[in-house]
Amino acid sequence: MSLALDIAWSRPDFQLQVECEFPGRGITALFGRSGCGKTTVLRCIAGLERVARASVRFNGEVWQDQRRFVPTYLRPLGYVFQESSLFAHLDVRGNLEYGLRRVPAAQRRIGFDQAVRYMGLESLLTHRAEQLSGGQRQRVAIARALLTSPQLLLMDEPLSSLDLASRGEILPHLERLHDELSIPIIYVSHEIGEVMRIADHITLLEAGRVRAFGSIHEMLTRPDLPLAHLEEAGSIFDGVIAEHDARYHLSYVGIAAGRLAISLRAAPVGQAVRVRIDARDVSLALEPPQHTSITNILPGRVMDVTDDRDPAQRLVRIDVGGRPLLARITRRSAAQLAIAPGVALYAQVKSVALMD
Amino acid sequence: MIESFYSPDDLVALWISLKLATLTVALLLLLCTPLAWWLATTRSRLRVVGEAMAALPLVLPPTVLGFYLLLFLGPYGWGGRLMHHLGLQPLSFSFGGLVIGSMLYSMPFVIQPLQGAFQAVGARALEVAATLRAPPWDRFFTVAVPLARRGFITGSVLAFAHTLGEFGVVLMLGGNIPGRTQTASIVIFNHVEALDYSGAQRLSITLLVACFILLLIVYGANRHRAEVAAVA
Repeated sequence: MSLALDIAWSRPDFQLQVECEFPGRGITALFGRSGCGKTTVLRCIAGLERVARASVRFNGEVWQDQRRFVPTYLRPLGYVFQESSLFAHLDVRGNLEYGLRRVPAAQRRIGFDQAVRYMGLESLLTHRAEQLSGGQRQRVAIARALLTSPQLLLMDEPLSSLDLASRGEILPHLERLHDELSIPIIYVSHEIGEVMRIADHITLLEAGRVRAFGSIHEMLTRPDLPLAHLEEAGSIFDGVIAEHDARYHLSYVGIAAGRLAISLRAAPVGQAVRVRIDARDVSLALEPPQHTSITNILPGRVMDVTDDRDPAQRLVRIDVGGRPLLARITRRSAAQLAIAPGVALYAQVKSVALMD
Repeated sequence: MIESFYSPDDLVALWISLKLATLTVALLLLLCTPLAWWLATTRSRLRVVGEAMAALPLVLPPTVLGFYLLLFLGPYGWGGRLMHHLGLQPLSFSFGGLVIGSMLYSMPFVIQPLQGAFQAVGARALEVAATLRAPPWDRFFTVAVPLARRGFITGSVLAFAHTLGEFGVVLMLGGNIPGRTQTASIVIFNHVEALDYSGAQRLSITLLVACFILLLIVYGANRHRAEVAAVA
Protein backbone atom coordinates (compact mmCIF):
# COMPACT_ATOMS: atom_id res chain seq x y z
CA MET A 1 0.00 0.00 0.00
CA SER A 2 1.29 3.40 -0.82
CA LEU A 3 0.41 6.84 -1.98
CA ALA A 4 2.49 8.47 -4.72
CA LEU A 5 2.23 12.18 -5.40
CA ASP A 6 3.59 14.43 -8.09
CA ILE A 7 2.17 17.90 -7.81
CA ALA A 8 3.32 21.01 -9.62
CA TRP A 9 1.32 24.11 -8.97
CA SER A 10 2.31 27.69 -9.34
CA ARG A 11 0.71 30.90 -8.35
CA PRO A 12 2.31 34.32 -8.64
CA ASP A 13 3.08 34.33 -4.91
CA PHE A 14 3.49 30.62 -4.25
CA GLN A 15 4.94 27.54 -5.87
CA LEU A 16 4.26 23.97 -4.94
CA GLN A 17 6.53 21.26 -6.30
CA VAL A 18 5.93 18.05 -4.45
CA GLU A 19 7.05 14.66 -5.62
CA CYS A 20 6.98 12.01 -2.95
CA GLU A 21 5.67 8.71 -1.76
CA PHE A 22 3.91 8.05 1.50
CA PRO A 23 4.19 4.70 3.25
CA GLY A 24 1.10 2.56 3.39
CA ARG A 25 1.13 2.21 7.13
CA GLY A 26 1.48 4.19 10.31
CA ILE A 27 1.13 7.91 10.84
CA THR A 28 3.11 10.16 8.52
CA ALA A 29 3.39 13.73 9.69
CA LEU A 30 3.38 16.27 6.90
CA PHE A 31 5.36 18.82 8.80
CA GLY A 32 6.26 22.40 8.01
CA ARG A 33 5.64 26.02 8.81
CA SER A 34 2.33 27.73 8.17
CA GLY A 35 2.02 28.63 4.51
CA CYS A 36 4.45 26.01 3.21
CA GLY A 37 1.71 24.21 1.31
CA LYS A 38 0.82 21.36 3.67
CA THR A 39 -2.92 21.85 3.47
CA THR A 40 -2.84 22.25 -0.31
CA VAL A 41 -1.03 18.93 -0.62
CA LEU A 42 -3.62 17.26 1.56
CA ARG A 43 -6.47 18.80 -0.43
CA CYS A 44 -4.90 17.56 -3.66
CA ILE A 45 -4.74 14.04 -2.25
CA ALA A 46 -8.40 14.28 -1.32
CA GLY A 47 -9.40 15.79 -4.66
CA LEU A 48 -10.78 18.90 -2.98
CA GLU A 49 -8.26 20.99 -4.90
CA ARG A 50 -8.00 20.33 -8.57
CA VAL A 51 -4.47 21.17 -9.61
CA ALA A 52 -3.98 20.83 -13.35
CA ARG A 53 -0.50 19.36 -13.25
CA ALA A 54 -0.76 16.70 -10.63
CA SER A 55 -0.69 12.98 -10.40
CA VAL A 56 -2.05 11.10 -7.41
CA ARG A 57 -1.88 7.32 -7.21
CA PHE A 58 -3.08 5.23 -4.33
CA ASN A 59 -2.35 1.50 -4.16
CA GLY A 60 -1.76 1.38 -7.90
CA GLU A 61 -5.06 3.10 -8.56
CA VAL A 62 -4.97 6.41 -10.37
CA TRP A 63 -6.88 9.12 -8.50
CA GLN A 64 -5.58 11.85 -10.75
CA ASP A 65 -3.31 12.15 -13.77
CA GLN A 66 -3.24 14.03 -17.07
CA ARG A 67 -6.49 12.50 -18.24
CA ARG A 68 -8.36 11.28 -15.20
CA PHE A 69 -9.70 12.92 -12.09
CA VAL A 70 -11.56 10.78 -9.59
CA PRO A 71 -13.90 13.06 -7.63
CA THR A 72 -13.53 13.18 -3.86
CA TYR A 73 -16.64 11.17 -3.11
CA LEU A 74 -15.29 8.19 -5.05
CA ARG A 75 -11.94 8.14 -3.24
CA PRO A 76 -11.89 5.74 -0.26
CA LEU A 77 -10.46 8.28 2.16
CA GLY A 78 -11.42 10.03 5.35
CA TYR A 79 -10.70 13.70 5.98
CA VAL A 80 -10.62 15.57 9.27
CA PHE A 81 -10.65 19.31 8.79
CA GLN A 82 -8.67 21.81 10.79
CA GLU A 83 -11.64 23.61 12.24
CA SER A 84 -14.75 21.98 13.47
CA SER A 85 -16.86 20.71 10.58
CA LEU A 86 -19.96 18.98 11.95
CA PHE A 87 -23.22 19.42 10.06
CA ALA A 88 -25.29 21.88 12.08
CA HIS A 89 -28.60 20.38 10.93
CA LEU A 90 -27.82 16.92 12.31
CA ASP A 91 -27.13 15.63 15.81
CA VAL A 92 -24.02 13.64 16.63
CA ARG A 93 -25.63 10.35 15.57
CA GLY A 94 -26.80 11.91 12.31
CA ASN A 95 -23.31 13.22 11.63
CA LEU A 96 -21.75 9.83 12.33
CA GLU A 97 -24.25 7.99 10.15
CA TYR A 98 -23.94 10.40 7.24
CA GLY A 99 -20.80 8.74 5.89
CA LEU A 100 -21.58 5.27 7.21
CA ARG A 101 -24.84 5.07 5.27
CA ARG A 102 -23.06 5.86 2.03
CA VAL A 103 -20.61 2.98 2.30
CA PRO A 104 -21.91 -0.40 1.06
CA ALA A 105 -22.34 -2.80 3.97
CA ALA A 106 -19.83 -5.24 2.45
CA GLN A 107 -17.10 -2.57 2.52
CA ARG A 108 -17.61 -1.53 6.13
CA ARG A 109 -14.74 -2.51 8.33
CA ILE A 110 -15.51 -0.29 11.31
CA GLY A 111 -18.88 -0.54 13.03
CA PHE A 112 -20.88 2.29 14.51
CA ASP A 113 -20.44 1.10 18.09
CA GLN A 114 -16.75 0.52 17.55
CA ALA A 115 -16.12 4.05 16.28
CA VAL A 116 -18.24 5.51 19.08
CA ARG A 117 -16.20 3.57 21.62
CA TYR A 118 -12.84 4.53 20.08
CA MET A 119 -13.66 8.19 20.37
CA GLY A 120 -15.60 8.00 23.63
CA LEU A 121 -18.84 9.44 22.24
CA GLU A 122 -21.36 7.16 23.99
CA SER A 123 -22.98 9.96 25.99
CA LEU A 124 -23.04 12.53 23.19
CA LEU A 125 -25.07 10.83 20.46
CA THR A 126 -28.19 12.96 20.79
CA HIS A 127 -26.33 16.25 21.19
CA ARG A 128 -26.22 18.87 18.49
CA ALA A 129 -22.91 20.26 17.28
CA GLU A 130 -23.43 23.61 18.97
CA GLN A 131 -23.78 21.88 22.35
CA LEU A 132 -20.34 20.28 22.10
CA SER A 133 -16.94 21.58 23.16
CA GLY A 134 -14.23 21.99 20.54
CA GLY A 135 -12.53 18.77 21.60
CA GLN A 136 -15.77 16.81 21.48
CA ARG A 137 -16.52 18.13 18.00
CA GLN A 138 -13.18 16.98 16.67
CA ARG A 139 -13.69 13.56 18.24
CA VAL A 140 -17.03 13.30 16.45
CA ALA A 141 -15.41 14.45 13.20
CA ILE A 142 -12.70 11.78 13.53
CA ALA A 143 -15.26 9.04 14.30
CA ARG A 144 -17.39 10.23 11.38
CA ALA A 145 -14.41 9.92 9.02
CA LEU A 146 -13.53 6.48 10.42
CA LEU A 147 -17.07 5.24 9.80
CA THR A 148 -16.57 5.48 6.04
CA SER A 149 -13.98 2.69 6.56
CA PRO A 150 -11.33 4.73 4.76
CA GLN A 151 -8.22 3.16 3.30
CA LEU A 152 -6.39 6.41 4.00
CA LEU A 153 -7.10 8.98 6.69
CA LEU A 154 -6.12 12.60 6.08
CA MET A 155 -5.96 14.94 9.06
CA ASP A 156 -5.37 18.66 8.61
CA GLU A 157 -4.05 20.00 11.91
CA PRO A 158 -7.02 18.53 13.75
CA LEU A 159 -5.84 19.91 17.08
CA SER A 160 -4.73 23.39 16.09
CA SER A 161 -8.06 25.06 16.79
CA LEU A 162 -8.26 23.52 20.27
CA ASP A 163 -7.00 24.66 23.64
CA LEU A 164 -4.38 22.66 25.50
CA ALA A 165 -6.86 20.70 27.60
CA SER A 166 -8.87 19.60 24.55
CA ARG A 167 -5.70 18.50 22.79
CA GLY A 168 -4.81 16.35 25.75
CA GLU A 169 -8.28 14.87 25.50
CA ILE A 170 -7.89 13.88 21.84
CA LEU A 171 -4.28 12.69 21.60
CA PRO A 172 -4.81 9.44 23.53
CA HIS A 173 -7.67 8.60 21.16
CA LEU A 174 -5.39 9.20 18.18
CA GLU A 175 -2.71 6.98 19.68
CA ARG A 176 -5.27 4.26 20.18
CA LEU A 177 -6.36 4.61 16.59
CA HIS A 178 -2.81 4.18 15.53
CA ASP A 179 -2.30 1.11 17.68
CA GLU A 180 -5.54 -0.68 16.89
CA LEU A 181 -6.47 0.19 13.32
CA SER A 182 -4.21 -0.39 10.39
CA ILE A 183 -5.28 2.70 8.45
CA PRO A 184 -2.42 4.80 7.12
CA ILE A 185 -2.77 8.37 8.32
CA ILE A 186 -1.33 11.55 6.87
CA TYR A 187 -1.25 14.10 9.62
CA VAL A 188 -0.59 17.74 8.79
CA SER A 189 0.99 19.65 11.64
CA HIS A 190 3.33 22.45 12.54
CA GLU A 191 3.58 21.39 16.20
CA ILE A 192 6.70 19.29 16.76
CA GLY A 193 5.41 18.11 20.15
CA GLU A 194 2.32 16.59 18.56
CA VAL A 195 4.40 14.98 15.83
CA MET A 196 6.88 13.49 18.30
CA ARG A 197 4.01 11.96 20.16
CA ILE A 198 2.15 10.18 17.41
CA ALA A 199 4.08 10.05 14.14
CA ASP A 200 6.06 7.15 12.68
CA HIS A 201 7.38 9.06 9.68
CA ILE A 202 7.92 12.70 8.85
CA THR A 203 7.71 14.39 5.48
CA LEU A 204 9.28 17.78 5.90
CA LEU A 205 7.85 20.46 3.67
CA GLU A 206 9.64 23.75 3.11
CA ALA A 207 8.32 26.55 0.90
CA GLY A 208 6.30 24.20 -1.26
CA ARG A 209 8.96 21.52 -1.64
CA VAL A 210 9.73 18.27 0.11
CA ARG A 211 12.95 18.89 1.99
CA ALA A 212 13.31 15.38 3.41
CA PHE A 213 11.42 12.26 4.29
CA GLY A 214 12.13 9.42 6.68
CA SER A 215 11.38 7.63 9.90
CA ILE A 216 10.66 9.88 12.85
CA HIS A 217 13.82 8.72 14.64
CA GLU A 218 16.00 9.71 11.73
CA MET A 219 14.19 12.94 10.88
CA LEU A 220 14.23 14.32 14.42
CA THR A 221 17.96 13.81 14.79
CA ARG A 222 19.41 14.45 11.32
CA PRO A 223 21.81 17.36 11.86
CA ASP A 224 21.27 18.72 8.35
CA LEU A 225 17.57 19.30 9.05
CA PRO A 226 16.08 22.07 11.15
CA LEU A 227 14.24 19.70 13.50
CA ALA A 228 17.43 18.73 15.34
CA HIS A 229 18.20 22.39 15.94
CA LEU A 230 14.90 23.41 17.49
CA GLU A 231 15.01 24.55 21.09
CA GLU A 232 12.89 21.51 22.01
CA ALA A 233 14.94 19.12 19.84
CA GLY A 234 15.23 15.58 21.12
CA SER A 235 14.88 11.95 20.25
CA ILE A 236 12.15 9.43 20.85
CA PHE A 237 12.24 5.74 21.68
CA ASP A 238 9.50 3.19 21.42
CA GLY A 239 9.49 0.53 24.11
CA VAL A 240 7.34 -1.41 26.51
CA ILE A 241 6.68 -1.12 30.23
CA ALA A 242 9.00 -3.82 31.59
CA GLU A 243 8.62 -3.64 35.35
CA HIS A 244 7.30 -1.54 38.20
CA ASP A 245 9.32 -0.78 41.32
CA ALA A 246 6.96 0.37 44.04
CA ARG A 247 9.71 0.88 46.61
CA TYR A 248 11.44 3.63 44.64
CA HIS A 249 8.29 4.66 42.88
CA LEU A 250 9.68 3.86 39.45
CA SER A 251 8.56 2.12 36.29
CA TYR A 252 11.06 0.67 33.82
CA VAL A 253 10.66 1.01 30.09
CA GLY A 254 12.53 -1.52 28.01
CA ILE A 255 14.03 -0.14 24.79
CA ALA A 256 16.55 -1.66 22.39
CA ALA A 257 19.49 0.01 24.16
CA GLY A 258 18.53 -1.06 27.68
CA ARG A 259 16.13 0.14 30.32
CA LEU A 260 14.95 3.59 31.21
CA ALA A 261 13.52 4.47 34.60
CA ILE A 262 10.54 6.79 34.74
CA SER A 263 8.21 7.84 37.54
CA LEU A 264 5.83 5.07 38.51
CA ARG A 265 2.98 4.68 36.05
CA ALA A 266 -0.33 2.87 36.31
CA ALA A 267 0.23 1.32 32.86
CA PRO A 268 0.31 -2.51 32.80
CA VAL A 269 3.55 -4.38 32.16
CA GLY A 270 3.92 -5.10 28.46
CA GLN A 271 2.13 -1.96 27.30
CA ALA A 272 3.78 -0.22 24.37
CA VAL A 273 4.91 3.29 25.21
CA ARG A 274 6.91 6.04 23.60
CA VAL A 275 9.40 8.14 25.53
CA ARG A 276 11.03 11.38 24.61
CA ILE A 277 14.48 12.52 25.61
CA ASP A 278 15.32 16.17 25.07
CA ALA A 279 18.77 16.86 23.64
CA ARG A 280 19.51 19.37 26.41
CA ASP A 281 18.87 16.71 29.06
CA VAL A 282 21.63 14.41 27.83
CA SER A 283 25.23 14.65 29.06
CA LEU A 284 28.11 12.49 27.90
CA ALA A 285 30.87 10.58 29.70
CA LEU A 286 33.75 8.53 28.26
CA GLU A 287 33.91 6.13 31.23
CA PRO A 288 30.96 4.34 32.78
CA PRO A 289 29.81 7.01 35.23
CA GLN A 290 30.00 6.04 38.89
CA HIS A 291 28.92 7.93 41.97
CA THR A 292 26.37 9.82 39.97
CA SER A 293 22.77 10.62 40.76
CA ILE A 294 21.74 10.02 37.18
CA THR A 295 19.71 6.81 36.89
CA ASN A 296 19.43 6.42 33.16
CA ILE A 297 22.73 5.73 31.45
CA LEU A 298 22.85 4.33 27.93
CA PRO A 299 26.05 3.10 26.24
CA GLY A 300 26.49 4.21 22.65
CA ARG A 301 28.76 5.26 19.83
CA VAL A 302 29.03 8.72 18.32
CA MET A 303 27.56 9.00 14.82
CA ASP A 304 28.39 12.63 14.13
CA VAL A 305 29.11 15.96 15.79
CA THR A 306 27.81 19.19 14.29
CA ASP A 307 27.48 22.86 15.07
CA ASP A 308 24.27 23.95 16.70
CA ARG A 309 22.52 27.28 16.33
CA ASP A 310 24.23 28.57 19.45
CA PRO A 311 28.00 28.65 18.67
CA ALA A 312 28.75 27.69 22.28
CA GLN A 313 27.06 24.34 21.75
CA ARG A 314 27.47 21.29 19.60
CA LEU A 315 25.01 18.65 18.62
CA VAL A 316 26.10 15.03 19.07
CA ARG A 317 24.20 12.16 17.53
CA ILE A 318 24.78 8.87 19.26
CA ASP A 319 23.80 5.40 18.18
CA VAL A 320 22.22 3.67 21.16
CA GLY A 321 20.96 0.19 20.37
CA GLY A 322 20.41 1.07 16.73
CA ARG A 323 18.44 4.26 17.39
CA PRO A 324 19.80 7.80 17.27
CA LEU A 325 19.99 9.78 20.50
CA LEU A 326 20.54 13.52 20.32
CA ALA A 327 22.73 15.30 22.87
CA ARG A 328 23.39 19.01 23.10
CA ILE A 329 26.67 19.72 24.89
CA THR A 330 29.00 22.69 25.12
CA ARG A 331 31.67 23.17 22.48
CA ARG A 332 34.24 23.16 25.28
CA SER A 333 33.15 19.74 26.60
CA ALA A 334 33.10 18.33 23.10
CA ALA A 335 36.69 19.47 22.62
CA GLN A 336 37.93 18.35 26.04
CA LEU A 337 36.42 14.88 25.68
CA ALA A 338 37.59 14.72 22.04
CA ILE A 339 34.16 13.61 20.95
CA ALA A 340 34.26 12.52 17.33
CA PRO A 341 32.47 9.99 15.13
CA GLY A 342 33.14 6.43 16.25
CA VAL A 343 33.93 7.27 19.88
CA ALA A 344 32.24 4.92 22.36
CA LEU A 345 30.71 6.69 25.32
CA TYR A 346 27.94 6.78 27.87
CA ALA A 347 24.94 9.02 27.58
CA GLN A 348 23.53 10.15 30.90
CA VAL A 349 19.90 11.03 30.58
CA LYS A 350 18.67 13.47 33.16
CA SER A 351 15.02 13.31 32.27
CA VAL A 352 12.81 10.95 30.31
CA ALA A 353 9.29 11.98 29.41
CA LEU A 354 6.64 9.34 28.84
CA MET A 355 4.43 10.63 26.05
CA ASP A 356 0.87 10.26 27.23
CA MET B 1 -70.84 31.72 8.79
CA ILE B 2 -68.23 32.41 6.14
CA GLU B 3 -71.00 32.79 3.56
CA SER B 4 -72.70 35.41 5.72
CA PHE B 5 -69.48 37.44 6.01
CA TYR B 6 -68.27 37.28 2.40
CA SER B 7 -70.34 37.62 -0.76
CA PRO B 8 -70.12 34.72 -3.28
CA ASP B 9 -67.99 36.90 -5.58
CA ASP B 10 -65.64 37.68 -2.69
CA LEU B 11 -65.22 33.98 -1.98
CA VAL B 12 -64.46 33.18 -5.60
CA ALA B 13 -61.90 35.99 -5.72
CA LEU B 14 -60.28 34.85 -2.49
CA TRP B 15 -60.09 31.32 -3.86
CA ILE B 16 -58.45 32.56 -7.07
CA SER B 17 -55.94 34.59 -5.05
CA LEU B 18 -55.12 31.58 -2.89
CA LYS B 19 -54.75 29.31 -5.91
CA LEU B 20 -52.62 31.86 -7.73
CA ALA B 21 -50.33 32.44 -4.74
CA THR B 22 -49.89 28.73 -4.04
CA LEU B 23 -49.17 27.83 -7.63
CA THR B 24 -46.83 30.79 -8.05
CA VAL B 25 -44.81 29.82 -4.97
CA ALA B 26 -44.59 26.17 -5.98
CA LEU B 27 -43.38 26.99 -9.49
CA LEU B 28 -41.01 29.68 -8.23
CA LEU B 29 -39.37 27.25 -5.82
CA LEU B 30 -38.76 24.83 -8.69
CA LEU B 31 -37.40 27.54 -10.95
CA CYS B 32 -35.50 29.69 -8.45
CA THR B 33 -33.73 26.96 -6.48
CA PRO B 34 -31.29 26.09 -9.28
CA LEU B 35 -31.04 29.75 -10.26
CA ALA B 36 -30.27 30.88 -6.70
CA TRP B 37 -27.78 28.03 -6.34
CA TRP B 38 -26.02 29.17 -9.48
CA LEU B 39 -25.96 32.79 -8.30
CA ALA B 40 -24.63 31.69 -4.89
CA THR B 41 -21.86 29.46 -6.18
CA THR B 42 -20.73 30.73 -9.58
CA ARG B 43 -17.54 32.66 -10.13
CA SER B 44 -18.71 33.71 -13.57
CA ARG B 45 -18.94 37.38 -14.45
CA LEU B 46 -22.45 36.72 -15.66
CA ARG B 47 -23.47 36.54 -12.03
CA VAL B 48 -23.95 40.30 -11.69
CA VAL B 49 -26.13 40.29 -14.79
CA GLY B 50 -28.17 37.48 -13.32
CA GLU B 51 -28.48 39.27 -10.01
CA ALA B 52 -29.59 42.51 -11.66
CA MET B 53 -32.18 40.71 -13.77
CA ALA B 54 -33.49 38.79 -10.78
CA ALA B 55 -33.89 42.05 -8.86
CA LEU B 56 -35.46 44.00 -11.73
CA PRO B 57 -39.10 43.21 -10.81
CA LEU B 58 -38.46 44.82 -7.40
CA VAL B 59 -38.01 48.27 -8.89
CA LEU B 60 -40.05 48.02 -12.07
CA PRO B 61 -43.56 49.57 -11.88
CA PRO B 62 -46.03 46.65 -11.98
CA THR B 63 -47.84 48.32 -14.86
CA VAL B 64 -44.65 48.26 -16.94
CA LEU B 65 -44.19 44.58 -16.26
CA GLY B 66 -47.87 43.90 -16.96
CA PHE B 67 -47.76 45.91 -20.18
CA TYR B 68 -44.80 44.06 -21.64
CA LEU B 69 -46.22 40.71 -20.59
CA LEU B 70 -49.50 41.67 -22.26
CA LEU B 71 -47.64 42.46 -25.49
CA PHE B 72 -45.60 39.28 -25.24
CA LEU B 73 -48.36 36.88 -24.28
CA GLY B 74 -51.11 38.51 -26.35
CA PRO B 75 -52.23 36.95 -29.67
CA TYR B 76 -49.70 39.04 -31.66
CA GLY B 77 -46.75 38.67 -29.26
CA TRP B 78 -44.05 35.97 -29.56
CA GLY B 79 -45.47 34.04 -26.63
CA GLY B 80 -48.99 34.26 -28.04
CA ARG B 81 -47.91 33.12 -31.49
CA LEU B 82 -45.99 30.23 -29.95
CA MET B 83 -49.12 29.18 -28.09
CA HIS B 84 -51.06 29.46 -31.36
CA HIS B 85 -48.57 27.20 -33.14
CA LEU B 86 -48.98 24.69 -30.31
CA GLY B 87 -52.71 24.85 -30.84
CA LEU B 88 -53.36 26.61 -27.54
CA GLN B 89 -55.18 29.78 -26.52
CA PRO B 90 -53.03 32.85 -25.79
CA LEU B 91 -52.25 33.33 -22.14
CA SER B 92 -53.28 36.96 -21.91
CA PHE B 93 -56.52 37.47 -19.93
CA SER B 94 -56.25 33.91 -18.54
CA PHE B 95 -55.32 32.37 -15.21
CA GLY B 96 -52.20 30.85 -16.79
CA GLY B 97 -51.09 34.33 -17.79
CA LEU B 98 -51.62 35.53 -14.23
CA VAL B 99 -49.37 32.75 -12.95
CA ILE B 100 -46.60 33.78 -15.32
CA GLY B 101 -47.00 37.44 -14.39
CA SER B 102 -47.01 36.67 -10.67
CA MET B 103 -43.96 34.49 -10.98
CA LEU B 104 -41.98 37.26 -12.63
CA TYR B 105 -43.28 39.82 -10.19
CA SER B 106 -42.50 37.77 -7.05
CA MET B 107 -39.30 36.12 -8.27
CA PRO B 108 -36.89 38.39 -6.34
CA PHE B 109 -38.65 37.50 -3.10
CA VAL B 110 -37.67 33.86 -3.57
CA ILE B 111 -34.28 34.25 -5.25
CA GLN B 112 -32.73 36.68 -2.81
CA PRO B 113 -33.38 34.78 0.44
CA LEU B 114 -32.41 31.52 -1.24
CA GLN B 115 -29.19 32.94 -2.65
CA GLY B 116 -28.28 34.33 0.77
CA ALA B 117 -29.06 31.03 2.45
CA PHE B 118 -27.02 29.02 -0.06
CA GLN B 119 -24.11 31.42 0.33
CA ALA B 120 -24.28 30.95 4.10
CA VAL B 121 -24.06 27.18 3.68
CA GLY B 122 -20.63 27.76 2.18
CA ALA B 123 -18.15 25.48 0.47
CA ARG B 124 -16.86 23.74 3.58
CA ALA B 125 -20.05 21.85 4.47
CA LEU B 126 -20.22 20.50 0.92
CA GLU B 127 -16.56 19.50 0.97
CA VAL B 128 -17.16 17.62 4.19
CA ALA B 129 -20.07 15.80 2.55
CA ALA B 130 -17.87 14.93 -0.44
CA THR B 131 -15.27 13.35 1.86
CA LEU B 132 -18.13 11.35 3.38
CA ARG B 133 -18.87 9.80 -0.02
CA ALA B 134 -21.83 11.95 -1.02
CA PRO B 135 -22.12 12.61 -4.79
CA PRO B 136 -23.06 16.16 -5.91
CA TRP B 137 -26.87 15.71 -6.03
CA ASP B 138 -26.82 13.90 -2.74
CA ARG B 139 -24.79 16.73 -1.17
CA PHE B 140 -27.24 19.27 -2.51
CA PHE B 141 -30.33 17.60 -1.10
CA THR B 142 -28.91 16.33 2.19
CA VAL B 143 -26.65 19.24 3.11
CA ALA B 144 -27.33 22.41 1.13
CA VAL B 145 -31.13 22.28 1.16
CA PRO B 146 -31.61 21.41 4.85
CA LEU B 147 -29.04 24.00 5.88
CA ALA B 148 -30.77 26.61 3.70
CA ARG B 149 -34.26 25.78 4.98
CA ARG B 150 -34.78 29.22 6.48
CA GLY B 151 -34.16 30.69 3.06
CA PHE B 152 -36.84 28.40 1.64
CA ILE B 153 -39.33 29.38 4.36
CA THR B 154 -38.64 33.10 4.00
CA GLY B 155 -38.76 32.99 0.20
CA SER B 156 -41.99 30.99 0.07
CA VAL B 157 -43.85 33.11 2.58
CA LEU B 158 -42.74 36.44 1.12
CA ALA B 159 -43.62 35.38 -2.41
CA PHE B 160 -47.00 34.06 -1.24
CA ALA B 161 -47.88 37.28 0.56
CA HIS B 162 -46.57 39.40 -2.27
CA THR B 163 -48.70 37.51 -4.79
CA LEU B 164 -51.80 37.87 -2.61
CA GLY B 165 -51.40 41.63 -2.65
CA GLU B 166 -50.45 42.00 -6.30
CA PHE B 167 -52.61 44.42 -8.26
CA GLY B 168 -51.01 46.15 -11.24
CA VAL B 169 -49.71 43.12 -13.11
CA VAL B 170 -52.91 41.20 -12.48
CA LEU B 171 -55.09 44.01 -13.74
CA MET B 172 -53.02 44.64 -16.88
CA LEU B 173 -52.57 41.02 -17.77
CA GLY B 174 -55.69 39.37 -16.36
CA GLY B 175 -58.29 41.98 -17.20
CA ASN B 176 -60.54 41.73 -14.17
CA ILE B 177 -62.63 38.74 -15.36
CA PRO B 178 -64.79 37.44 -12.46
CA GLY B 179 -64.29 33.76 -11.74
CA ARG B 180 -61.13 33.56 -13.87
CA THR B 181 -58.69 36.35 -13.33
CA GLN B 182 -60.36 38.51 -10.72
CA THR B 183 -58.29 38.26 -7.53
CA ALA B 184 -59.17 39.56 -4.07
CA SER B 185 -57.05 42.70 -4.44
CA ILE B 186 -58.93 43.58 -7.62
CA VAL B 187 -62.30 42.95 -6.02
CA ILE B 188 -61.34 45.42 -3.29
CA PHE B 189 -60.75 48.02 -6.00
CA ASN B 190 -64.11 47.18 -7.59
CA HIS B 191 -65.90 47.51 -4.25
CA VAL B 192 -64.34 50.91 -3.67
CA GLU B 193 -65.23 52.08 -7.16
CA ALA B 194 -68.80 51.02 -6.47
CA LEU B 195 -68.61 52.86 -3.13
CA ASP B 196 -69.20 49.56 -1.29
CA TYR B 197 -66.80 50.42 1.54
CA SER B 198 -67.93 47.62 3.83
CA GLY B 199 -67.30 45.08 1.07
CA ALA B 200 -63.81 46.51 0.56
CA GLN B 201 -63.31 46.48 4.30
CA ARG B 202 -64.11 42.75 4.60
CA LEU B 203 -61.57 41.69 2.00
CA SER B 204 -58.99 44.25 3.09
CA ILE B 205 -59.02 43.12 6.69
CA THR B 206 -58.74 39.51 5.48
CA LEU B 207 -55.63 40.25 3.42
CA LEU B 208 -54.16 42.43 6.17
CA VAL B 209 -54.47 39.72 8.79
CA ALA B 210 -53.26 37.01 6.42
CA CYS B 211 -50.17 38.97 5.45
CA PHE B 212 -49.41 39.83 9.07
CA ILE B 213 -49.59 36.17 10.09
CA LEU B 214 -47.35 35.20 7.18
CA LEU B 215 -44.76 37.77 8.20
CA LEU B 216 -44.95 36.49 11.77
CA ILE B 217 -43.98 33.09 10.39
CA VAL B 218 -41.00 34.57 8.54
CA TYR B 219 -39.68 36.50 11.51
CA GLY B 220 -40.37 33.55 13.81
CA ALA B 221 -38.34 31.29 11.55
CA ASN B 222 -35.50 33.78 11.39
CA ARG B 223 -35.41 34.51 15.11
CA HIS B 224 -32.24 32.46 15.56
CA ARG B 225 -30.58 33.63 12.39
CA ALA B 226 -27.52 34.92 14.26
CA GLU B 227 -26.76 31.42 15.51
CA VAL B 228 -27.05 29.79 12.13
CA ALA B 229 -23.86 28.30 10.76
CA ALA B 230 -23.56 25.47 8.30
CA VAL B 231 -20.82 23.69 10.13
CA ALA B 232 -20.16 23.91 13.83
